[in-house]
Amino acid sequence: MPGFLAKASAKAFPKSLWLYHCNSGACNGCDIEILNVLTPYYDVERFGLKLVGSPRHADVMLLSGAVTRPTLPLVKRAYEAMPSPKLVFGIGSCAAGGGCWFDTYNVSGGGAAAVPVDYLIPGCPPRPEAIIYGVALALGLVPQKSAPVELKQVEFPIDAYLRNKAWEERNVIYRLIKD
Amino acid sequence: MWLTSKFRQIVLALKPGTVTLKYPFEARPVPKDFRGQPVWDHTKCIGCAGCANHCPARTILLRDLCQEIRVLVYDGSRCTYCGRCADLCPEKAIAMSPEFELAAPRREDVTQTLELFMLTCNRCGRCFDMEIPNVLDKLDLRGYRYDNIETRTVLRRTTDRMDPAALDETEAARRPERIGG
Repeated sequence: MPGFLAKASAKAFPKSLWLYHCNSGACNGCDIEILNVLTPYYDVERFGLKLVGSPRHADVMLLSGAVTRPTLPLVKRAYEAMPSPKLVFGIGSCAAGGGCWFDTYNVSGGGAAAVPVDYLIPGCPPRPEAIIYGVALALGLVPQKSAPVELKQVEFPIDAYLRNKAWEERNVIYRLIKD
Repeated sequence: MWLTSKFRQIVLALKPGTVTLKYPFEARPVPKDFRGQPVWDHTKCIGCAGCANHCPARTILLRDLCQEIRVLVYDGSRCTYCGRCADLCPEKAIAMSPEFELAAPRREDVTQTLELFMLTCNRCGRCFDMEIPNVLDKLDLRGYRYDNIETRTVLRRTTDRMDPAALDETEAARRPERIGG
């Protein structure tokens, strides 16, 4: 899947990516880091990336901030205004999964609630290197390093997992009866 | 005049040289005490759920699958890397690694899942961990059952570890008298 995405993005965006920076209620930490990657130290214009002011000119939306309730329709409109094909980067923990505010009353719960997020870059805020790494991952320049980790203390001789499954099924039946 | 100022600009621009880092093609070390992704050591974890209770983003979730298995899921997508879980872990099972290259196309790629083996408390019926020598184990509490998978009815021996001399001293202890009272 990641390899396919990288290939597809390399085919869909053969030239420079133009970025549109969309702040949907962020604390400005991620925005400062996004501006930091444009400085001479972390020069992303090496890869042809450029910040543009309008979503109509952009290929990529850099979404920062948990999408708050007032900004939700605006983020959707900005996404619809972008010409297809388009990518969305969720920059920071808020845009990636909602951050600390994922279930508060005035937050819709992360960028995924408003627009389909193609790449998420967690961090609070992410280092400029982490943002560059995410962009390079989308461009297919670097391999992906993160993978799901599953650890077990004991491998059971008895099948406790099957028993648990049976327990869950019983509970489902009880729930059905209650309804 | 304008030409000399242009020359001066060129000289000024040449002076610092190239400062751009070759980051994605060269490794970039993190500063000291950098808090990256927290990493769980499943051999040390006792399943006390302290990390899950204190996580500000509530990104560490615990659930008892059955009496013996407790599952801890860390969803890194909304982790703010505050390091509170690593600070308060009583067994130092959580370490903040210097890993920051966590960009992923899917949310599942930044998750960690731990399956912890727990035992049953004889009093409350909820599960706790006694396989690993921990604080609870050292206390040798009366009334807790040591139920192994193979032999489920082995009762744990209880030893009275109270020092009689210390007990006498405590009994005889008196509060300091009020001054002038």
